[in-house]
Amino acid sequence: MIVTGSQHYLDHAATTAVRPEVAAAYAEELTHLGNPSSLHADGRDARRRLEEAREQLAAALGAEPAEVLFTSGGTEADNLAVKGTYWARRAADPARTRLAVSAVEHHAVLEAAHWLASHEDADLDVLPVGAGGVLDLDALERHLADHADASAVVSVMWANNETGVVQPMDRVVALSHAVGVPVHSDAVQAVGHIPVRFDRSGLDALSLSGHKLGAPVGTGALIARRELALTPVEHGGGQERGVRSGTLAVAGARALALAVGGAVAEQEAEAHRLRALKGRLISAVLSSAPGVHLSGPDGADESAWLPGTAHFTVDDADADALLFGLDMAGIAASSGSACQAGVQQPSHVLLAMGRTEEQARAAVRFSLGRTTTADDVDAAVAALPGVIAGARRAHATQRHRTAGPPGVTSPTPPVAGSASSRPAAPGASAAHLAVPASPVPDPKVN
Amino acid sequence: MRVLAAMSGGVDSAVAAARAVDAGHDVVGVHMALSRSRAQHRNGSRGCCSIEDAGDARRAADVLGIPYYVWDLSEEFEETVVGDFLSEYAAGRTPNPCVRCNEHIKFSALLDRGLALGFDAVATGHYARIEVAGGGRRELHRSADPLKDQSYVLAVMGPERLARSLFPLGDAPSKEAVRAEAAARGLSVSAKPDSYDICFVADGDTQGFLRDRLGAKPGEVVDADGKVLGEHDGAYAYTVGQRKGLGLTRPAADGRPRYVLEVRPQSNQIVVGPSELLSVDEISAGKTVWLADDVPAGEWTDVQVQVRAHGEPVPAQVRRRPADDGAGATGTGEAVSNVGGAGAAAAGADGARDGGALEARLSTPLRGIAPGQSLVVYSGTRVLGQSTITRARRGAPLPA
Repeated sequence: MIVTGSQHYLDHAATTAVRPEVAAAYAEELTHLGNPSSLHADGRDARRRLEEAREQLAAALGAEPAEVLFTSGGTEADNLAVKGTYWARRAADPARTRLAVSAVEHHAVLEAAHWLASHEDADLDVLPVGAGGVLDLDALERHLADHADASAVVSVMWANNETGVVQPMDRVVALSHAVGVPVHSDAVQAVGHIPVRFDRSGLDALSLSGHKLGAPVGTGALIARRELALTPVEHGGGQERGVRSGTLAVAGARALALAVGGAVAEQEAEAHRLRALKGRLISAVLSSAPGVHLSGPDGADESAWLPGTAHFTVDDADADALLFGLDMAGIAASSGSACQAGVQQPSHVLLAMGRTEEQARAAVRFSLGRTTTADDVDAAVAALPGVIAGARRAHATQRHRTAGPPGVTSPTPPVAGSASSRPAAPGASAAHLAVPASPVPDPKVN
Repeated sequence: MRVLAAMSGGVDSAVAAARAVDAGHDVVGVHMALSRSRAQHRNGSRGCCSIEDAGDARRAADVLGIPYYVWDLSEEFEETVVGDFLSEYAAGRTPNPCVRCNEHIKFSALLDRGLALGFDAVATGHYARIEVAGGGRRELHRSADPLKDQSYVLAVMGPERLARSLFPLGDAPSKEAVRAEAAARGLSVSAKPDSYDICFVADGDTQGFLRDRLGAKPGEVVDADGKVLGEHDGAYAYTVGQRKGLGLTRPAADGRPRYVLEVRPQSNQIVVGPSELLSVDEISAGKTVWLADDVPAGEWTDVQVQVRAHGEPVPAQVRRRPADDGAGATGTGEAVSNVGGAGAAAAGADGARDGGALEARLSTPLRGIAPGQSLVVYSGTRVLGQSTITRARRGAPLPA
């Protein structure tokens, strides 16, 4: 039984419930004794179960067992991939000092890349995305044409954690390989949710995280071709082909393999189910209030997004108040990005998509998952108008934004590249800032 | 009542939140993020509110079993509190940022946001008491412990804000009692040192902060006759009554210490002189906030006035002139936030927050009163009102 504080959990992209069979396997493994690196019977026993897990994981993702490197999660896998590939390529060829990442990468990739730039003398190219969040392939092509001999690695995430937008990975790989540059993809949000086959992807390395698909936090893997040279980040006993030292966590590996296997097996049916639920959510949200915009490519079909993720920006709304209102209404959602100690920073993903700082802060991400029901969607739909109204009232109290007395704001720039609710009627910009004239259902909290 | 408890991560606001919960209110804790570039950890006691402080507040909320949020008020804070701090110094006046924070942030931006989201009041860990007099009039009084009393910095609130505020620590006998209560409640912040100094100048170097933001502006230090006595590198760093750091090369002819008498931003000069020239007993003030609608304007009234946060009150007479008098200044015309967000306060809308002028005649002179300082009018423990000093002078002749 899963214990939750909220009544309707719609934040599966942040983390999702551990599958019962996975929790059972994890707990069972904890009753076994043995370090998989030990040569005696207990060690060999542990090693056997570890290698079975490795094979299971590899099979589920179209990889070879030797390509699986168990890590403590997605962040570690990203760091190992970005830093490890960069250092190894540069050691082999000192001219290779450039790396390219997309502008919408998770911080685990971006921060690693920026760190290499500021501390390791790397030249970093951050590749832009369009208003819909899709990588600008021309920019990638130009980078590769200009820097083929200097480029160490290209890293582009398979699907974005905030908006759910899926990247054209086959094109990224084709363009990069044409000039001999290896490609890493942070597939943390993609694995188990859309079809991901390492062999067919052509990727040199791929990161995944267990707690995004029903394994515990603290599990993950980097799938990497044997030929990809990787300089270790974690030094020590030389486990995981000398690349990632540390006693192998057999329980975590078993849990991860089981969860990935389960997710991949259900993936098609779940995608179908979630897309239907999500479709209802999206139409209802866009008609709940003016000035609400779905983030992603204009006019794209549903395969442009992960099945469960729907991300919206809300004009003229206080960012803190949006999530506060949802929380008070018993709905767990997020603004899509981690915040620093509770303060919402404007999302770098939305900024890269051309939003203003203000727009990039007032966002809501709903992410549906394995345990989501129609009831959860209905609850979110019911609560949202009141939540938005409250967040707009709160926003209106911020006088410093106003040119005149409270109640007047400067117009919000139009949001390109997404579906929007119908535009506000003239004069409505003041109306939605005042207490609404028509009765709005009180949020539960009142 | 739905109460928004402002929790800084310190012991006072934690115990205040706890008392609000005990009183049966529906409490939600909020930590205000007032700076975008917050330090990870506290550095001693100076300043507030690092990420570590936010964590302390969260743990206190955990112990109390209340929801907890961090709200970003950094833009408002930078514009109003820090902005006012810098502009006042640049204009040769002495600001009190804690007063401005209460005026614009805690009981304004934060309160307004709370009201918009369905809360009834804000509770803070300030030491002050609210008493309800006959007829339901809410009065602001000094706290039970005179050593911790913070009514001076709260007086700027005005009656509408006061109606939406709770000060659960008002009757605490002492700080030690509050710490003991925190420990008894299992709050780990019971032993946390009090923060002091200006919260946004974390290293305590106010002069350095001003120099960074306003730039070095060298000028002359002169005596009351205009004779140049020395140099300074920024008039903003000086305040009336200051004795140290004057950079004077020669001692005074009479050998006695010299004090800053006046800061002149237009000529970028500081005027210094002997201590008796600091002595004032007539004060003019403006932008008055009046809590006592039973004490009318236009008449001289016997009161006590306090001009510093930890200063002694002195007996005085004050007379108010409301803003619509024509002669009274409404100050800079900045919009005053009413609870309903209805725009600039009407002058004398409820006779209370009139923004008008006030004069005070002190029974005993005070020294070192700087324009920009807050003057708070008391009648015993009761706060009658608050006003911002514009001028101070010697009315009666100095004793021979």
